[in-house]
Amino acid sequence: MSLDYYLYLSALLFTIGAAGVLIRRNAIVVFMCIELMLNASNLAFVTFARMNGSIDGQIFAFFTMVVAACEVVVGLAIIVTIYRSRRSASVDDARLLKL
Amino acid sequence: MNLAAIIENQTEIPEAVLFFILSPIMVLSALGMLLVKKAVHSALLLAVIMIGLAIFYIANQASFLGIVQIVVYTGAVMMLFLFILMLVGVDSSDSLEETIRGQRIGAILGSLGVGFLLISLLSRADLGRPYSGLDLVNVEGNVQAIANTLFTRYVWAFEVISALLITAALGAMVLAHRERLLPRKSQRELAAERVRQNVVPVAGLPGPGTYAQHNAVDIPALLPDGTPADLSVSKVIAARGELANPSTFRMNEKKEEGQE
Repeated sequence: MSLDYYLYLSALLFTIGAAGVLIRRNAIVVFMCIELMLNASNLAFVTFARMNGSIDGQIFAFFTMVVAACEVVVGLAIIVTIYRSRRSASVDDARLLKL
Repeated sequence: MNLAAIIENQTEIPEAVLFFILSPIMVLSALGMLLVKKAVHSALLLAVIMIGLAIFYIANQASFLGIVQIVVYTGAVMMLFLFILMLVGVDSSDSLEETIRGQRIGAILGSLGVGFLLISLLSRADLGRPYSGLDLVNVEGNVQAIANTLFTRYVWAFEVISALLITAALGAMVLAHRERLLPRKSQRELAAERVRQNVVPVAGLPGPGTYAQHNAVDIPALLPDGTPADLSVSKVIAARGELANPSTFRMNEKKEEGQE
């Protein structure tokens, strides 16, 4: 098996995640799809590190993980705030700038 | 035997077997995540993908990242997602109506296009030299190799990341904080309110009927005028139609005749 297959898998997961962000309405599911995209890019980073024989790709993947964790924390706090004011977690209901 | 060895750009057979078993599971879970209606199911499918990715990291000679993936993603992040799902409502399913006409089909076509573009790009790309693997880098161990690079060349990025983490924690606290508009009610005020409104009986609901021949939760108690008290039995039993009639336990006429 060629190492390229990992990259194909990563591209597939990234695409599915992007489709999910566009199609789904529930803000939490949209968020999970964003996580899927970040993870797919991480797989590509790790594979590139192995192809090149250098550890830098793994360092990038590590930084991506930290940034993704920050993003999840802030994003979920925003979702909870929106849910409190509108009683809905659907991205379609949050279309007004103020209540 | 080095399972992660690369010979002429090809991996060893065990790794190929692992890949071809695990990757269909992951792709199917990802598709399922897109298609299932309930958000909880999406979260569980995402956990499957995360664990699969962790296994692939370890197979790709990134054992540190594999363990971090399990600890951070399947541990912390998925738990956070599930907590928020419980907070927001587990059965908040998606509405299926389209707000923008043709958006769904457009999204599917667009992402198919992106997928084909990425895969065709990857299949044409070439590194220009054989894949080397990380055996030389990982001689002292993967964690040591990462630490050596992280704390020398990337130490500035590492420090900046810590600032980002603190800002994110602070931001989450600010966003989730709620200003209290009215003062919190004390126990005393709650009790006074309950007596004043008298919607719920202050003394509690009456218990079910207790009779000489029969006592169970399915028999209503009798009020002083002899009518059954509906409040004394559970609404669930009444809705199921399993209530016994207290009049069947009434003193029969024979005794009354004897009194005459």
